[in-house]
Formats: sequence, structure tokens, C-alpha cells
Amino acid sequence: IMASSYGAKEEDGHHPGSAGLGGAAIRTKKPDNTAFKQQRLPAWQPILTAGTVLPAFFIIGLIFIPIGIGLYVTSNNIKEFELDYTGTDMSSPCFNCSQSWNSTNTCKCELFFSLDQPFESNVFMYYGLSNFYQNHRRYVKSRDDSQLNGDERSLKEPSKECEPYRTNENKPIAPCGAIANSMFNDTLDLFYIDPNGKKRPISLTKKGIAWWTDKHVKFRNPGGSNSNLTTVFKDTAKPVNWHKPVYELDVDIENNGFINEDFIVWMRTAALPTFRKLYRIIQKNNDMTPTLPRGNYSLAVTYNYPVRSFEGRKRMILSTISWMGGKNPFLGIAYITVGSICFFLGVVLLFIHHKYGNRNNSSDIAS
Amino acid sequence: MLRRRLNRLCGGDEERVDSRTIYVGHRPCPDTEAFIPSKFCDNRIVSSKYTVWNFLPKNLFEQFRRIANFYFLIIFLVQVIVDTPTSPVTSGLPLFFVITVTAIKQGYEDWLRHKADKEVNKYPVTVLEDGRSVKKESEKIKVGDVVEVVEDETFPCDLILLQSSREDGTCFVTTASLDGESNHKTHYTVPDIEKDLQTLTSAIECEQPQPDLYKFVGRMHIYKLEQEPVVRSLGPENLLLKGATLKNTKKIYGVSVYTGMETKMALNYQGKSQKRSAVEKSINAFLLVYLSILISKAVVCTTLKYVWQSKEGQDEPWYNQKTQKEKDTNMYLKMFTDFLSFMVLFNFIIPVSMYVTVEMQKFLGSFFITWDKDFFDPEIQEGALVNTSDLNEELGQVEYVFTDKTGTLTQNNMEFIECCIDGFQYRYRDTQSEVDGFTVTDGPVNKLQQKAGWEKEELFLRALCLCHTVQVKEAGSEVLVDQVDGIDGLLGFIASSPDEIALVKGAMKYGFTFLGLESKSMKIKNRQNDIEEYKLLHVLNFDPVRRRMSVIVQTKSGETLLFCKGADSSIFPRVRPEEVDRIRMHVERNATEGYRTLCVAYKQLSAEEYAMADTGLREARLALQDREEKLMAMYNQVEMGMSLIGATAVEDRLQEEAAETMEALQGAGMKVWVLTGDKMETAKSTCYACRLFQRGTELLELTVRTLEDEKLNRDQKLHELLQEYHNKAVKDAPPVKAGVTRSWSTANQDYGFIIDGATLSLLMNPPHDADASQYKSLFLQICQNCTAVLCCRMAPLQKAQIVKMVKNSQGSPITLSIGDGANDVSMILEAHVGIGIKGKEGRQAVRNSDYAIPKLKHLKKLLLAHGHLYYVRIAHLVQYFFYKNLCFILPQFLYQFFCGYSQQPLYDAAYLTMYNICFTSMPILAYSLLEQHISIEILLHNAALYREIANNAMLRWRPFLYWTVLGIFQGLMFFFGVRFLFSNPALQDNGQVFGNWSYGTIVFTVLVFTVTLKLALDTRHWTWINHFVIWGSLAFYVFFSFFWGGIIWPFLKQQRLYFVFANVLSSVSAWLVIIILILLSLLPEILLVVLRKPRGHHSQQLSEDSSTDTNRWLRSLLSPTRI
Repeated sequence: IMASSYGAKEEDGHHPGSAGLGGAAIRTKKPDNTAFKQQRLPAWQPILTAGTVLPAFFIIGLIFIPIGIGLYVTSNNIKEFELDYTGTDMSSPCFNCSQSWNSTNTCKCELFFSLDQPFESNVFMYYGLSNFYQNHRRYVKSRDDSQLNGDERSLKEPSKECEPYRTNENKPIAPCGAIANSMFNDTLDLFYIDPNGKKRPISLTKKGIAWWTDKHVKFRNPGGSNSNLTTVFKDTAKPVNWHKPVYELDVDIENNGFINEDFIVWMRTAALPTFRKLYRIIQKNNDMTPTLPRGNYSLAVTYNYPVRSFEGRKRMILSTISWMGGKNPFLGIAYITVGSICFFLGVVLLFIHHKYGNRNNSSDIAS
Repeated sequence: MLRRRLNRLCGGDEERVDSRTIYVGHRPCPDTEAFIPSKFCDNRIVSSKYTVWNFLPKNLFEQFRRIANFYFLIIFLVQVIVDTPTSPVTSGLPLFFVITVTAIKQGYEDWLRHKADKEVNKYPVTVLEDGRSVKKESEKIKVGDVVEVVEDETFPCDLILLQSSREDGTCFVTTASLDGESNHKTHYTVPDIEKDLQTLTSAIECEQPQPDLYKFVGRMHIYKLEQEPVVRSLGPENLLLKGATLKNTKKIYGVSVYTGMETKMALNYQGKSQKRSAVEKSINAFLLVYLSILISKAVVCTTLKYVWQSKEGQDEPWYNQKTQKEKDTNMYLKMFTDFLSFMVLFNFIIPVSMYVTVEMQKFLGSFFITWDKDFFDPEIQEGALVNTSDLNEELGQVEYVFTDKTGTLTQNNMEFIECCIDGFQYRYRDTQSEVDGFTVTDGPVNKLQQKAGWEKEELFLRALCLCHTVQVKEAGSEVLVDQVDGIDGLLGFIASSPDEIALVKGAMKYGFTFLGLESKSMKIKNRQNDIEEYKLLHVLNFDPVRRRMSVIVQTKSGETLLFCKGADSSIFPRVRPEEVDRIRMHVERNATEGYRTLCVAYKQLSAEEYAMADTGLREARLALQDREEKLMAMYNQVEMGMSLIGATAVEDRLQEEAAETMEALQGAGMKVWVLTGDKMETAKSTCYACRLFQRGTELLELTVRTLEDEKLNRDQKLHELLQEYHNKAVKDAPPVKAGVTRSWSTANQDYGFIIDGATLSLLMNPPHDADASQYKSLFLQICQNCTAVLCCRMAPLQKAQIVKMVKNSQGSPITLSIGDGANDVSMILEAHVGIGIKGKEGRQAVRNSDYAIPKLKHLKKLLLAHGHLYYVRIAHLVQYFFYKNLCFILPQFLYQFFCGYSQQPLYDAAYLTMYNICFTSMPILAYSLLEQHISIEILLHNAALYREIANNAMLRWRPFLYWTVLGIFQGLMFFFGVRFLFSNPALQDNGQVFGNWSYGTIVFTVLVFTVTLKLALDTRHWTWINHFVIWGSLAFYVFFSFFWGGIIWPFLKQQRLYFVFANVLSSVSAWLVIIILILLSLLPEILLVVLRKPRGHHSQQLSEDSSTDTNRWLRSLLSPTRI
């Protein structure tokens, strides 16, 4: 791509000291004649010229545009369905739940929706929050990773960073900190309403929603092999906003305590105030039928999580996934744009080069 | 400062007194009523700055006096005290590193100084105490002690020579370690001192210590039993300086007068004043810009934070409660700490590491000058010397070159060419046979001409043989006098100026040989091989003001003669006018041929005249006050009414490649000014020979001669001439921008300007003060429009004055002075860059210079190649550093808009710390050491390339703006590119989502790759080192990221990056976004590279392209970006 001249300069190979006998006796201040000291190291001197970069522009254009189109098509093929269940509207079934938040009573509401297209393959169910600053500094640092890693000492004596969610009634909070305390605790259940009006629950898998390394290395229950989490967490308090202590998050011992995947997912703080987090996976059916066929569905929400106070929104998102992740047209558009720009620039440069370059070249030779 | 304090300490209460009294051997003197031993400081030399105890506090204090270090310290303290987003480690670690490295370096240097001090202070010396010789450590010597020094030992303190083992009461000394002059100097004992020093009772009164090595005024009262006390004057010839070495003398005794820190050596031990380069000033200016960017960012964020928080529920939502302490904090205090936190968050925009890298670049870079074998001179077996590495880049910015003539442009290798005796020319030809030579048997060479009288010839040659201060180098113990031929092979001459040797050798060729000076009697061998002896009565030393020297000798027959030699201008007024005319013609002809001419005159002194002169001179020498002035007056009185006998012409050959060098400098757009003490004609001919003046050059002369006018007085004439020249050179000249184009525009009339010292002083201090500034500006304007300027008849101080004037003129151009002698020191120190030539006139210039080179011809490579490269390298380094930190911090700033202005850092602390230290530091350092955007050969061949970087071209506001815009563009790219990607954070093919640390890591990866590849694009010279560090840095970044995220770090509270990098890389989308963002960020850069021409052709093409050429238009549009 680059016109390069390999400007290796000959080194005459004369080294002081190799002179032989007299070398040691005469201490001359003559500088060493080495390529480095004489700034004559062999060097590659690339020269970027229009002629050499032009093909690069075309090649970039030719590669990027197809990639971009591929990305765009892939993204468009991803099916995504979003449902806002915040319940700010009077008409919304969840309006009542959103208005009164009472930690003791659980409030349930049910929303109906229909999918126009069938969702094939595995379907991923996300919950999305808006205007929720999980990336606020006070929030981000309010956790104790060694406690979450099963460190007994940190369990008893959580990090100061957890304040003001460090202790409750003189007992250390486990898991401590604002992040854990504000864990998303709405329960979302999905039902398929078959044509004859019968509600059929859709099985939601909660395994595999957290990073493997988080689940298996970064997060660990204290007490080592002690499987009785109740005794392990005996002297700790539950986070103030939680309904149940951490060892009752799940009945499955592999998904309980700190290694509960819902908890781990929540603990990975989002980058932006509007975010989504993986909630459940709907495994594809073994038969050829789509995972979520066209039709009517209902979403049953156990409405626990208040967002009205900070004007947040809650969404449920159903999405299929491709090799590039979820639906995002940005990459495709970006690639197509950059590819086109390169191609266009290539054409313009070629034009300039063709029209004016020849004359310059001839004058180069002449000079 | 330290020294001054020490002085005060040592000097104590004596400060008010003008002189000090020293009792030799601490013996009280009869006429002092009470013997009060005065308190002087001891003989301990302290050159070290620190002791073990005060090293830490003092060194830290000194380091934090640097504004940058102080700034970083403040940031660090803020981080420690205030709850800030980044841990104190992120800024503390680099600062600690910098401070430690500097402290270790300074500590090591000081340890070396301690060692050297100890060696000097503990050196055993012999002191005479109560008639016994006592061995003592050098530091225990007190003022008044009588010290014994043997041959080849150095003097432990400043001594007054009392007794020498040589019969004539002299001793020889070399002052190589003081001023670098390796010739032997003769020092004299004080007359009338008894042989037995034990019984000597005397008091010495001398001035308080002062640093001038060549000045000493004192008086010695010698008390003898039942006699009137004798008073003897003491001068520098009696003073043996600490640091000098005794030579050719078995042993001497001396009484110490100045000890320890009060010795002249210690007083001269002082670092030169720091010169700051233009680049450093640019850095500071940019720093201010970035500081204001930093502050405004912090202010914007703080303001917006409080605006944002004022909205209901934003400040403290239920999920993110404040601690009780935070709630209790005063609102204004909180605002202030928020502001500080933002400052800390963004402080990386001004990196500690830039200072480290710049220092390292300068320090390491200067080695290339010392290593350059082209600067090695086989004759003196030495290469170039770098005294300061702070000014490397300044070598690429020189606009004015001030050069000395003798020894710099010319070789200072004098050869006697011809002489003129009584108006007849004598030329000695080496190659011709004896018959044509000037021999005893034959007459003068030029047979066509009449020869002068026999007696005149002999008188002239005797004058040459006697009127000098040359010493004969003693060849071992025996002096072989009786060798008939090959005398100059055996007899070496030592003199302060090579002219004198040339003259003595010249006389030798004509049959008169100087055999040496022994106990005040000079021996010469005449043509008949007889030895004539003359008693040397007085030497009236040469000095540049008088421009002549004389000796008074007594012949065997008792006649007293005064021989005087000197510049024509100083001799002609002192001889009979009718004699002048015959010789003037020769002198002027010789001068235009480029020879150095001296006139020789003599005078016979009658007994009365001599007696008068003798007493006058003695009195003047004894004077304690105004000795110089009195001596001068006396000299002038004695050197009157002489008769002229002849003139000599000595050739001073041009230095190798002097003309080529000058031409190259002019081609590079530098203005060359020749500043010389020599006379106008000689200097002018040298200028012609160096092609500074050319045939077509119109000379504008402003000298004493042109000022002579019958109608007008000198002042008016000066005014008139200045106006006339100004009209000619400035107003009528085609309107080219001053200083931009010159010597290639051959169509223009070239002007050369000549001014002499007398006129210059008239110009600088005109009778009417009001004219001064007007004259100066006229003068400067004329000079700026002249190709070359010649200033002749300059006193050393005037040279510095000129340099200063140009330096402070409009636009403050960068000046360079080059010289080889002590008389150039002042201008070397005055100029921005001082270059010393390791010439023959001692080493003073070298010692005071910033760079020293063996020959003038090396200046070309030093400036055109090294200077150019250093400038480009450091300019790029500085711009790049600001750029890379701008696009480093900008995303972090933008992130604040998305995280509720909570000072949440975008990058992990490890990345924040390592970015400048590890990931991006090595490539730029390697670049700044190795880059050759144009190869050295082309730079040397094409001097005009130097103009491309003139006027700090790469560090002006336009390139700075370009880099800043580039940084902003890329910062925006990085942040918003990833921002759009994260509009759906489910980026993995298993539906899992990325969090904020993944976001930061992707941005950071793009950032590291982009800034490194940007540098790769700028690199024109890829050595294996560049490849290694560029690809190595990137590999290291990847490796480090894996490593950092691969382990649960045991002692860290937060495991934020655990497997983040690996997870990012497992996402195809992340790869795609990284690739496209890097490409998009570099696209404008690539485009610019393509649109501009390759460098090699650039300069040639510029003049060839027609103005309608679109390409050229494009290029001119992009021209500031060539950097």
C-alpha cells in the first residue's frame, strides 16, 4: 500500500576495539562508528502518496460497504419487542401499582400484548430502566468486591465504600452497598394466550444470564463448601430494601446467595442511565415451531420496583440475538457510511491525481 | 545563592572593610598595636549542595519549586484530602516516580561532589609552623599559613608566592583547570623577602576576595630589624591560584591569603545562568491554554451538576442515598470540593510524564551530538562537547549568527608572510633557494626594490625578537642552545597569542633567534651567531583597548630602548607623521590581502626619561586604588614620540570549509554577523574570502573614516549616513518581508554593512540621548536588510552589546554566537545559544559555551542537521503529548453528561495511571530520539530546508490549534462512537450485556491504538527501535489488559476490570466498533498526508507550481498541518 524505499544505509563495519593490538592502550575519544550512534540505523521510510493510498481507499470502501450492509441486514432481522409497564398512564394496568409503593404488600398487574411476527431461536428477555443512574459515582463505588468474593472478613466488616448501606442495626449488611440494596426485584412472567384464549405459561430459564467468570470466579458465597447459606449469613443483615435475605434469593443452591445470577447481572453497573439487563432466556423449542409464535401474550408483573420518584421508566424487552448481539443499526450504518466516504474520497482523489498528478510527476522527474 | 550565603558566613563582619590584613605565619607585626587574629573562613571547599540530613527536605523543596511539580503535588494532595473519583495513587505514583528519579540523580551528583570535595579537603599539605614542616589536611589551612608546594602539585588555596626554588624567584604555573589555558605562566616572588621565612615578619594588605582570576591588588609590608618597613606591591603575578598546578619548579613557599570558599576558584565556581529555549516558552504557553481548558471543564461540570441536581429526585434518588456526612456538608464547601474533584478527574490533560519525557529526550538526544563522528577532529583528538542539553532544539531556530573572526573564521594559525622595513618590502619564500632567501649573506628578497639600510633591518629584527611575551618551552633539563639548525624543532615557543610566535619565528627565519628569558635578561642570537643579551626592564602589557604592547630593555652598552608593536591605528598617532606615509601603503595593501598587520616602532630613552618612566610605572603598580587607570595613563605617557621602523604581515588562514559553511548558513536564512576586534580592512578581506560579501555586494560603511566630514560634526554625519543607508537598504528595497526571503532572490541588490567599534559606541550613546532609540532602530533595520554585517574593532563587551541589541529587537530573534577566545565569552554567554570552538586561544570559550565543536565547519551539520532534527522532534513531541492527553480526557469529560456529573471516571484507575507512563510513552520517546523526517544528507545538501522550521513554525498557534482540533475530533469520535454502540448494551452473542467498565475499556482501547497509530503515521523513519516500541506498546497494552483483568487482585477493594477486556474481545461488535473508530479517527490524517506532497520534493516544488494549480491550493490550505 505504501510506496516505500528501504533506506538501509551501509555501515562500514568498523568498530573501535576491533582495531586490534593498540586498541587498549590508546584511549581515544573518537566516537564509536556504530549505526545507532551515527543515526544511521537502517530504516524503512514509507512515503504516503496519493498513488499509494488511493487503492487503500478503494479497498476500504469495498470491504466496509459489504460488511456494513451485512451488519445492517443482520440487525434488521433481529426481532425486538418492547413493552413499557411503568404504569404512569391512568389507562395502564400497572397504574395502581406504580402509585402506591408499599414494601409489605406485593402489587400485581398484568399487561397484554401481541407479537406480529414469530420469534425464532432463543429469545432473550430483558428488563430496561430509564433515567436510572447506575453509573453515578457514589453508586458505582458502593460495593465491596471482596465481600462478594466470599471473603469472611469483609462479610463481617464491609468496606467503608458501602456507606450508608454498610450496617443495619449494628449488623453488617450482606451484600452491602447501594447497588445491591437497589437490586431490581420485579418479577416478570410471560404467558402465551393461545387462539382459544387459554393462558399457557412460557418457561423462562435463569441460567446463563450472567458472565461466566462473574458467576464462577468473581462472585462466591462465603463459607467455602458450607452449603447451608443460612448459617453462613447468620450474623448479617439483609439490605434494607430487600424483602428477603440474600440466602433466600433462590431455592437452587447453585443460584443462591451471592452467586444468584439476577443479583450478578444487577451488580454489573450499566454504562448509561438508560439501559437494559438480561432477565431470562426463553430456550428454543425442540420441534420446528418458533420459540414465540405470532399471537397474544400477557406479561404478569409483580410490581415491587419504584421508579416514579426519579421519573424512571421500566420496560420489558423480548429480543432475538445474532452473532453481533442485540438489535443495533448503528454499526451497519457506520460501516456503510465510512465505506462510502472512503470510496467517494478515492474517486475524488483519483480525479485530482489524474488531472493534476501527471504534471506534478513530470516536474518531479524534471527537477 | 548558596555561595553568597557562604560568603556572608565566612566574610562575617569584615564585609564593610575594603581590604583584609594577613600576618604571614601569624606573627604579629611591630607597628600594629594589638595583634587581633582576624576571623577568616577555613580552607574547606563545599561544592556539594546537600548533607545527609538536609537532603530530603531540601531536595524536595527545590523540586517542588518547579511550577509543574508543584501543580502535581497540589493535585495529589487534593486527591488525598478530598473524596475524589480517582485514587491518589493515579497521580501520586507518577509524581513519586519523577521525584524519586530526580532525587536519585541529584543525590548521586551530589555524592560525587562530596567525594570530590573530600578529596580536595583531605589532601595532605605541608605547612610551616614554628620552624617545622607539619603535614596537615588541606582543609585545615588558615589564612596566614605558610604553605609548601612541590612540583606538579596543585595549590591548596590562593597563595602569595614568597619563595621559589628557582634562582630568579619565579615559578611556572599552569592554570589548565581554571581557565583551560595549558601554557606555562610565570609568577614572581615578592622582592626583598628574606631567605629565612621563619624570621620574616610582614603583613599583607589586600582586597577582599573577588572572582576575577586576572585581577589582584595588594600591598606587602615587610618589617626588618631596625629598618624602615619596606612596602611592595602585589599583583596577579604574585598570586598563585588554588587549582593551578606548579610546573618546572621544585618547590615554592607561599602564604595563604584566600582560603576555602573565598578562593578565586571557588568564587568562579558557579553554574551559568539558565538559558531557556523558545520551545520551553511555547510549552508554558500551551500549558496555560490547557490549564484554562481544564479549569473551564471543571467549572462547566460543576455548574451543570448543580443545575441537574436541582431537579426533583435527581440528586438523591432512593437507590443512591448519601451518607450522613455528605448530607451535613455545607453546600458551598461541597461545590468547592466538587470543583476540585473535577479538576482531579481531568488533571491528566496536563501530564507529569510530559516533563519527564521532554527531559529524557533532551538528555538522551544530546548524546547524538557527542557521538557524531563527523564532529571528531583528528588533530585535537576530540569531538563535540555538549555543556547543556536544554538548548538542542534551539539549534534549529537560529536566525542570527554572530561569529568571531580570528580563530573562528580563520585558523588562528599564524604565518609570517612578509615585513616592511622603512618602506621596503621583504618577503620570505620558503620554497626558494638560499640565494633568494633573506640570509646573512644575501640581501633582501625583492631585488627589484631597494633594501633598507642594514642597521634598520637589524633594529627591526631585534625589535621583533625582544618585543613580546613569548616563553621558550624548556626541553627537559638541558636547554639545547647550540644547535645550529632545526632550532624551532627543538625550541618550542609558548605565548598567549599566536601572532607573537609567528613574529618570533619570522625573525628567526631572517637570522635573529630568541633564545629565552632568564632572570630578567633576554638572549637573542644574531645573524653572526653571536649571543646578545638585553636586560628586560619593563613590559607594558598588551591589552585590547590600547592595542599595542611595549618592552623597555637595556642593551649591554647601557642604552635604554623602548620597542613597541601594535595595530597601525594605535601606533601611527604616536610616531612622526613623515615616517607613516612610507609604511601606510604597505600596511593597507597587506590588510586588503587579508593579512594581519602590526607596526613596530622604537624609541631611545635617555637616562632621565627612563628614570621618570621607571618611577612612574612603579608607582602606578603599587597603587591600591585605580591601578589600572594609573597604569594606562603611564603607558600612554611612555609610548610617545617613537619612530616607526616597519610593519609585519602575518597570514591567518581561513578555517577549513569556512566559505561553504557561511554560504550554507546564509542559504538556511540565517544572517551572519562578523564581530571582530581586528581592523576593518583585514576583516573585510576575510569576509570576502568567506563569501559573506560578494562581488555584487554593495557595502554600506559606517566607520570612523566615513564619518569624517569637513562640514558636519561626527554626530550629524552619523545621522545623515544612517538615513541614507536606511533609504537605500530598507525603503528602496523591493517589499519583501524582512527575514523571510533573501539570498536566493538574486535579483535584489545585496547589501553588506560595516560598522566599527567607535562608531557603534557613538551610535549607542549619542550626545543627545533622544536620538539613541531612533539610531538603534535605524541601525537594526539596515542590518536586517543586509546580507552580512561586519563589526570590526569591537571590544569584547561591545560584541555582547550587539548580540543583546539584536536579541531584544523586534520579534526577539534567536541568536547564536560562536567564538573561540576569551574575548568571545561575553557574547557567547549573551546569545541564546553559545558555541565554543576548541581552538588555540585557551578553553575559556569552550567552558562558557553551550556546545563546543572542534572546527567552524562543524557548525553546518550542528545547525542544519542536528538542530533541524532536534527541533522537529521536540516540537512534535510537545504537540503530540498535548494532543494525546486531550483525546484521552475528552471522553471522560463527555461521560460526565451521562453519569449525572458525578465525577465517575470512564477508565479504570490502572488505565488512567498507565496511559502516559506505559502505553503511549515509549513510541513518542523513540520517535523524538530517532526521527529523521528528512535524511541528514538531504538536510545538509539543501540548506533552504532550514527555513521551513524558522520562527518556531511547528509550535505556533496554528499547528497547536490543528493538533487541538484533531484531539477534540478524535475524542468526540471515541466517545460517541461507543455511545451509539451502547444504545443497546447487549453486545454478546449470548445476549449478555456490557457495563460501564466495558464501555470505558472499549473507548480506551480505541484511544491507545489511535494515538499510537497516529504517531506511526507521522513516523518517516522506521528503524527497528520504532517498530519495536510501537508494536511493542500495543502488544503490551493488550497483554496488560488481559493480565489486569485476569486475576482477582488480592489487595484491591474493587475488581472492576475482572475479565472485562476478555469479554469485550469476545464480542464481534466491539471488534467492529474498535476497527471503524480507529480508521475514522485517522482518516482525516491520512487524507492530509495524501494531499500534501512528500517532503523531499516539497520545497523544490513550491516555487515551481503555478498558482492556479488546485493541488497547490489544497496544499496551501493544509500547510499548517504539515506538522
